[in-house]
Amino acid sequence: MFVAVIMVVIVVASVAFHVFSPWWFSPLASNWGYIDGTMVLTFAITGAVFAAVVLFVAYCLYRFRHQEGRKASYEPENKRLEGWLTALTAGGVIAMLTPGLFVWAQYVEVPDTATDIEVIGQQWLWSFRLPGEDGKLGAADNRLIGGDNTLGVSPNDPLGQDDLLIEGGELILPVDKPVRFLLRSVDVLHDFYVPEFRAKMDMIPGSVTYFWVTPTKTGTYEILCAELCGVGHSYMRGTVTVVTDEEYQEWLTSQSTFASLSS
Amino acid sequence: MADIPHDASATVPPAELEEMELYHAHSWWTKYVFSQDAKVIAVQYAVTALVIGFVALVLSWLIRLQLGFPGLVEFIDADRYYQIITMHGMIMVVYLLTALFLGGFGNYLIPLMVGARDMVFPYANMLSFWLYFVAVMLLVISFFVPGGPTGAGWTLYPPQAILSNTPGQQWGIMLMLVSLIVFIIGFTMGGLNYTVTVLQARARGMTLMRLPLTIWGIFVATVMALLAFPALFVAAVMMLFDKYLGTSFFMPTLIEMGEQLSYGGGSPILFQHLFWFFGHPEVYIVALPAFGIVSDLISTHARRNIFGYRMMVWAIVGIGVLSFVVWAHHMYVSGMNPYFGFFFATTTLIIAVPTAIKVYNWVLTLWQGDIHFNPPMLFALGFIVTFVNGGLSGLFLGNVVVDVPLSDTMFVVAHFHMVMGVAPILVIFGAIYHWYPKVTGRMLGDAMAKFHFWVTFLGAYLIFFPMHYLGLMGLPRRYFETEGIMIMPESGHSLNAFISIMAFIVGFAQLVFVFNLIWSLRHGRPSGPNPWRATTLEWQTPTTPPPHGNWGDHLPNVYRWAYDYSVPGAKEDFIPQNEPGSVTKGDPA
Amino acid sequence: MSAILGFIAILTLIVGWFLSRQGLATKPWLEVDSAGGLATPNPSPYAPAQVGLGVFLAVVGSLFALLITGYLLRSEGLDWRDMPLPWIVWPNTLALVGTGIALEWALRAANRDDRGAVRTGVLVASGCALLFLVGQFAAWRMLAASGNFVNSGPADSFFYLMTAAHGLHVIGGMFALAGTFERIRRNERAERIKLSVELSTTYWLFMLLIWALLLAVLSGSAGEFLAFCGQILSQGGMP
Repeated sequence: MFVAVIMVVIVVASVAFHVFSPWWFSPLASNWGYIDGTMVLTFAITGAVFAAVVLFVAYCLYRFRHQEGRKASYEPENKRLEGWLTALTAGGVIAMLTPGLFVWAQYVEVPDTATDIEVIGQQWLWSFRLPGEDGKLGAADNRLIGGDNTLGVSPNDPLGQDDLLIEGGELILPVDKPVRFLLRSVDVLHDFYVPEFRAKMDMIPGSVTYFWVTPTKTGTYEILCAELCGVGHSYMRGTVTVVTDEEYQEWLTSQSTFASLSS
Repeated sequence: MADIPHDASATVPPAELEEMELYHAHSWWTKYVFSQDAKVIAVQYAVTALVIGFVALVLSWLIRLQLGFPGLVEFIDADRYYQIITMHGMIMVVYLLTALFLGGFGNYLIPLMVGARDMVFPYANMLSFWLYFVAVMLLVISFFVPGGPTGAGWTLYPPQAILSNTPGQQWGIMLMLVSLIVFIIGFTMGGLNYTVTVLQARARGMTLMRLPLTIWGIFVATVMALLAFPALFVAAVMMLFDKYLGTSFFMPTLIEMGEQLSYGGGSPILFQHLFWFFGHPEVYIVALPAFGIVSDLISTHARRNIFGYRMMVWAIVGIGVLSFVVWAHHMYVSGMNPYFGFFFATTTLIIAVPTAIKVYNWVLTLWQGDIHFNPPMLFALGFIVTFVNGGLSGLFLGNVVVDVPLSDTMFVVAHFHMVMGVAPILVIFGAIYHWYPKVTGRMLGDAMAKFHFWVTFLGAYLIFFPMHYLGLMGLPRRYFETEGIMIMPESGHSLNAFISIMAFIVGFAQLVFVFNLIWSLRHGRPSGPNPWRATTLEWQTPTTPPPHGNWGDHLPNVYRWAYDYSVPGAKEDFIPQNEPGSVTKGDPA
Repeated sequence: MSAILGFIAILTLIVGWFLSRQGLATKPWLEVDSAGGLATPNPSPYAPAQVGLGVFLAVVGSLFALLITGYLLRSEGLDWRDMPLPWIVWPNTLALVGTGIALEWALRAANRDDRGAVRTGVLVASGCALLFLVGQFAAWRMLAASGNFVNSGPADSFFYLMTAAHGLHVIGGMFALAGTFERIRRNERAERIKLSVELSTTYWLFMLLIWALLLAVLSGSAGEFLAFCGQILSQGGMP
């Protein structure tokens, strides 16, 4: 009896917590509303299953608790019931997986209009490299790091001469323009994560990873490192500010190029 | 019980093979310390695992102290914090859960439940425990060496793990890797025993389909562990090469303190593949024995046959196979080829189907049962709630695109603690309450057991359920300091404090359990041979606790499956497996 | 990850075949035996030690499949350059083949309980095994002499790592041979000796197989073979 009541209380309290607690997604500021949508759908399906299973358990515990003279039934299996339950589960799984895979396909396919911006992680700060007027980033390699060249940009690549470098500073993005982040690390694994953008990806020394996003809301957001990168991991934070296009162009002109920094 | 002598069934080859001459202890040392009796080895495994597990529990308090009340204890600086979380994770996953389920329950239950006298290779079995013991000691030593234990995170991802600014780089990382290597060698010796004993030393009449689900779970988990642990072994050896011989298996060109290291070209992703090729099966290595045990607990205490036994067996085997092709769902945002995400998300969600079938069948076993709320049953019910909860949150993380915002946040921490921390631990407690009478001949104190259950179950739920929501906000895991994070409202810090307080309460409740274990050794109510009126063979031993050799003069014969509870027309509400049927029973359904 | 997945697939087939013979589709609750007649499980024709060895070889196979997986994945790195194998690995292979032949011969002798011949066979096998180990050590020395150390490049690292792993298993096999020899010396029963020789033979043939696979991988021919297969697959159906 008592156990059954507690089971019901667990379901009710969990659902109430979900609905009324102040803790929820950080406000969305990118095009990845689909991710939130898929997650809300998953919450609905899984929440219903959780409530159904635990409430059924509660009912059984109440109804079939041991009493004098009670005898359990003997039913080794019930193929029809098991078949139905399997089919139902498979249906629920497909309902969650299908939208998930479609959204993932969008996540993987970068639109052609996206601008490249390189993010470089190092213990424990964020740096950025923007393509200059040619719209292309020059080559870079960790092996070239040394002296003034702290990000390993290739001095021999003409494409890289006009690249804008922001070391340890704030990143400014234009609103409503798709951006492809090319992620690079100088030392260990990091992960470029802005909760309001939803998207994230690890950065691996020795290779370049990517993800893309379209910021949809102006404002200032925090970059958090989401892959353990040593004792300073939790202090590896940065700022990204999304501004209007005019403000962005103005900001661009005030940045220094690789050529000017290395000369 | 009907124990017929061997010659009565001369057509069947003897289960007791000549190779298995029983080992006889000659002194106290060989009886209790270097024993080759699986039951003694089981207790050695269990006690060692519980002791080191208690260390890991204390470490979790330190973690919660820092997260709930940052700065309160100055001892916990960033270096120590990362050492603490690393050791907490590694100890709990490998040295407690794996060792206790397979080394502890496996050793005790396999020979008894299949009707064997002992494991087939008792000497290797003894070595297995002592290698495990050495592995644990190496970990303990690492707390006391200069620099302390490693702080690389339990995943030990390179390059961080072997760089000089990681805590414990002097000795800690080496001890950790060597300890894992020793553990794996030891486990392989034990694992060969568990597998071959199930395959070769079953009592007469014990067909595979008459095995209790506990044995199925432990057996499949052992096979998986035997094949998966080599991945960790290879990864550990290659990492030692990278650290001490200057190879570049995993180490790319990188800059440390402004200096280029001599490494180049190595692939950190390769390590992650190897690690998770072990790491994901590892989740099921812990889960499958728990699945098996909980099936038997529910069936016994609900006095009803396990519902859908065949489906349960197929699901265990299916999960075992599938779990080898889902590992990269831990790596959706690791920077591996993103197109792998499609494949691994699909396999991961497919594995949800057999898992769900298991849950349905446990629940349907309760239906029309005769439910006794004994402590083992309570823990089994607690398992169902926490496992369903954690399994469902796994659907978020397995669905690749939903994983993107959630991976490496507190949601993940909450998820895996619920599903492979709390849920299997509840089964371990339930199993200890269930089999303690067989091991010692005495019952554990009931009131203490119930107190222990309610505080542990409700407390753990209150710890980990709200924690998911910190992750939904976007709070990353493995943060030493959460102060000043923009997305974290003040109420988030209060929630952290609440979680910490619950963690201390749940932790202290474990002392009641430890006290109960010790107190009942002397003062527990004598249990008799079969206090739960269960059908499986271990309850039918001629003496309790069973002596070395288990079965006295004659091995038991097995006449029926393990779940003949409440059979219509039977005198009692259970029929032991070694009781012959009078005539062939018709289909009761 | 192709190597280890292939290995797991093969094991899955074997396990599936085994389980398919265990009546996993029967309804166990319907089968209650009376005191006179017990359900007969398929009597296993194998001794526990044989089954144990089989399982152990699966573990060893998994270990080497994972090493090969690591090799293949790492060889996609841009810094990869193949390393010429020292010539001595080929005569070493012959020594390992010699071990296998000698043990096969010893096994035949054990079948007809010819102790003297068994002893000779095991001795020759041990000699060949020792020769192999010395040869492998010489291979390391030759590499070191030509400036290929364990950290000289990823291919070198893998050569040392894989040969060391294989060498340790070979040393383990020599202990098994010593055990067999001890049984002969103590003049144990014929079937015990036969079992012991049989186990050694299986183990050593497996070591030979692993060595052949490692050679194929390390010499680069496995990579070429896989590339060739890939070509065929990608052009599949084309005239």
